[in-house]
Amino acid sequence: MTAALQQKPRASAPDRTILLVLFFIVTSAFLLVSHNGDLLGQMGPVGTALKNPIVEALMVSLFLANILFAYLWKAAPWARALVSVGSLLFVLPAAGREDTSLLDLSIQIMIFAALALGLNIVVGLAGLLDLGYVAFFAVGAYTWGIVGSPRFAEILKYFGENPGGTNSGTLAIGLVLTAVTAASMLYISRLTARTAPTAATTWSFRLASVGVVAGVILTVRALLVLLAPQADGLANGLNAGFFWLFLALSIFAAAAVGVLIGLPVLKLKGDYLAIITLGLGEVIRVLANNLDLYSAGSQGITPIKSASVPWFDAAAGALGFAPDQYYLLFLYALVLVMIGLILTVNVRLDRSRIGRAWIAIRDDEVAAQAMGVPLMQTKLIAFATGASFAGVMGMIFAAKQQFISPESFVLNQSIAILSMVILGGMGSFPGVILGAAVVTLLNLRILPGLGEATANISWIPQQANPGQLQRLIFGAILVAMMLLRPEGLLPNRRRQLELHHDDNQEDESAQGNAGALGTASGDVYSAGYAPAKEDDKAGGSR
Amino acid sequence: MELSTLLPFLANVIVGGLVLGFVYAIIALGYTMVYGVLQLINFAHSEVFVTGAVVGFEVFRVLAPVSMNGYLKLLIALLAAMTISGLLNVIIERLAYRPLRGAPKLVPLITAIGVSLILQDVLRVIEGFQGRFDLTYTLPTGFAAPFCGPESSCVGFGKFLTGIGVSLQLKDVILIVVSLLSLAVLNYIVNRTRMGKAIRAVAQDRVTAGLMGIDGNRMISATFLIGGALGGISGVLFGMKFGTVNAYSGFIPGVTAFTAAVLGGIGSIPGAVLGGLLLGVLEKLIGVSNVFGELLGIKNLAVIDDSYSKLGAFIALVLILIFKPTGLLGKSNVEKV
Repeated sequence: MTAALQQKPRASAPDRTILLVLFFIVTSAFLLVSHNGDLLGQMGPVGTALKNPIVEALMVSLFLANILFAYLWKAAPWARALVSVGSLLFVLPAAGREDTSLLDLSIQIMIFAALALGLNIVVGLAGLLDLGYVAFFAVGAYTWGIVGSPRFAEILKYFGENPGGTNSGTLAIGLVLTAVTAASMLYISRLTARTAPTAATTWSFRLASVGVVAGVILTVRALLVLLAPQADGLANGLNAGFFWLFLALSIFAAAAVGVLIGLPVLKLKGDYLAIITLGLGEVIRVLANNLDLYSAGSQGITPIKSASVPWFDAAAGALGFAPDQYYLLFLYALVLVMIGLILTVNVRLDRSRIGRAWIAIRDDEVAAQAMGVPLMQTKLIAFATGASFAGVMGMIFAAKQQFISPESFVLNQSIAILSMVILGGMGSFPGVILGAAVVTLLNLRILPGLGEATANISWIPQQANPGQLQRLIFGAILVAMMLLRPEGLLPNRRRQLELHHDDNQEDESAQGNAGALGTASGDVYSAGYAPAKEDDKAGGSR
Repeated sequence: MELSTLLPFLANVIVGGLVLGFVYAIIALGYTMVYGVLQLINFAHSEVFVTGAVVGFEVFRVLAPVSMNGYLKLLIALLAAMTISGLLNVIIERLAYRPLRGAPKLVPLITAIGVSLILQDVLRVIEGFQGRFDLTYTLPTGFAAPFCGPESSCVGFGKFLTGIGVSLQLKDVILIVVSLLSLAVLNYIVNRTRMGKAIRAVAQDRVTAGLMGIDGNRMISATFLIGGALGGISGVLFGMKFGTVNAYSGFIPGVTAFTAAVLGGIGSIPGAVLGGLLLGVLEKLIGVSNVFGELLGIKNLAVIDDSYSKLGAFIALVLILIFKPTGLLGKSNVEKV
């Protein structure tokens, strides 16, 4: 019933082709003008007004709304294609040529969109609340940050001076150990997929996972020692050509960390999972802060290389970009391709067997298990997939910033990503991207703009400057969305239909998930307490 | 290190850890009580606790020029912090958690995280408008003096402590006494009064308690009030102990206290106290691990400095949740309040 109502207005929406194209032209013109320094200079007071960071943020938001409208409005396919392709491939880079910070902002928005898409798999699809998601981002960032910067030479030097009995034999041992233990882990998990796990399989699996970690450490250590004589030639880090290798590696590294973290913690449910991931995220941050040899501690690693692609640089030069913008334009293109890939992977996964398994787990873990969904494996895949997106984006982030420090990987960042997912709508890909754009704009443009605008007002002291209100905004997003519109701004259609289909049956839900530790029964949330406007969006229970 | 210096050193570390542990224990009670009735990790509790610390700071600041007995000032600070934190906790529950009663568990959890973030910035802005960020306590004179210096006449337990080389400040002793008093009062309320009985009933089974004529929502509010008041007390004690707080300083003690609650078995009041004391000592022991490293001849332990001692709580949390999620005193039929 509700379903039909929800569908109707979309089907009979008026055709807005002309409006869409007009909107595109107007906002593009504004964006191009407001980011052209020369033009603004000639425009006098209007130019100054357009330069105001808040006005600028408004321009950028309106411009980005183009893409949203191209997705939402009913319009001719050519118009939609024109608007989305034109915005992303022509207008944004063109405006970015005049104002490099715009390129930077666009990359940042897309990085966060990818992160939000990754977290969306974990929280939105599989219903696992992960508060340490930024740790995977950090893994990706440090993977390239360490080898693509002068830090690498210093690590090599250290290992050259302290080989600690490591030689090529250690390398062989490390490789063999890694291979054998990884193979036995696979074998055991295959075995236990068919038969019930016994104490022997459980413990040998744990032993094997410790073996893998030891093997990887031995291998890496041996490699570092063996490479040590080359330290002088690597004073600026590895050759930029390795960027592509490490792009692949960062995906695997983050996914591997995801699995390693996931293996012990994913048997916990609900709030315990949330708090344990929060703890692990902090552990990784504190390690980054304290392992001075690898991460340079709180002072951070800099400068980090980006890939160098000669033909791309030549093309960028021909288009009138300045040499110091080449790498940003390159990363812009790369991140566009990446987000396209990630979105495709997401959509394909969502419609696949594994995607349905995630949703089954989110809705009711016990029922899913009874239907033959392997719980642990499915959750691990969710964790690893989400982590791999974060890993690759972490690497791009490191290359874009050319500088990383533990400051970029604090808990607040995880919560920012969570608020993007929740603002847009858990489980909804366009929603999550919208959430990422809104929160990033707020965070990087509007709040700093407000801060700048109020910096000289005497009755607002520095300590109360509204430019620092990120926490308030993230918090308000989380609370307001949960209380008022838990399905998010752009809800996932299937989910919304599910939600409004059987209001009366919702309250069974809580029973499935309550009492994560078995110490409490779920009855506390049982029937009769469910308000009408409740939903199971938040994942987890039903 | 010689044995003659090592023993007093260790005694100092352990007593210092216990003092810290009492603060964690009182904070942990707020988490564990709310978890007992709602099965919700009240993320906002760390900010309720910081609110108490800020109120305490304000009271001591306003009363600083007034010549008044130091203990009276402390009493005013404690009462004010208890009232404000308790009411704040009740308001939070009313506005942010009650409308979501019956929703899936993750929904109020996310709201709780949101409330926590909002409160952090609200506190910062309130103090920021007066041009302050780090709030340094102006304690009454004498509070920072040694409890039992060589010059003062020591008797009883104080003499014993001094005898084994433990040096405590007066404020540490006050902290322990206030904590013990709060525990006694809490124990009385929970176990000896009608309201305590009702709260315990709601924690066991809200629906059945409702059938017996107990107003579940009122008892939940009462729990939040008590938990918030305990948060206020611990805030003032924390501020006294460390001297400086700011709007963001709730996070680490909050997580540590939550860990304490889990370590002791969440929902269990004695468990929370035990967990808090254990974690306090653990934190202090990690902080001096370089001494152990020197003692045992393990050089690498020396790199574990103070920044790792905060990590201790996280690692303990991860290990407990993985290996014994029911905690030390947690049983499946644990008395939950």
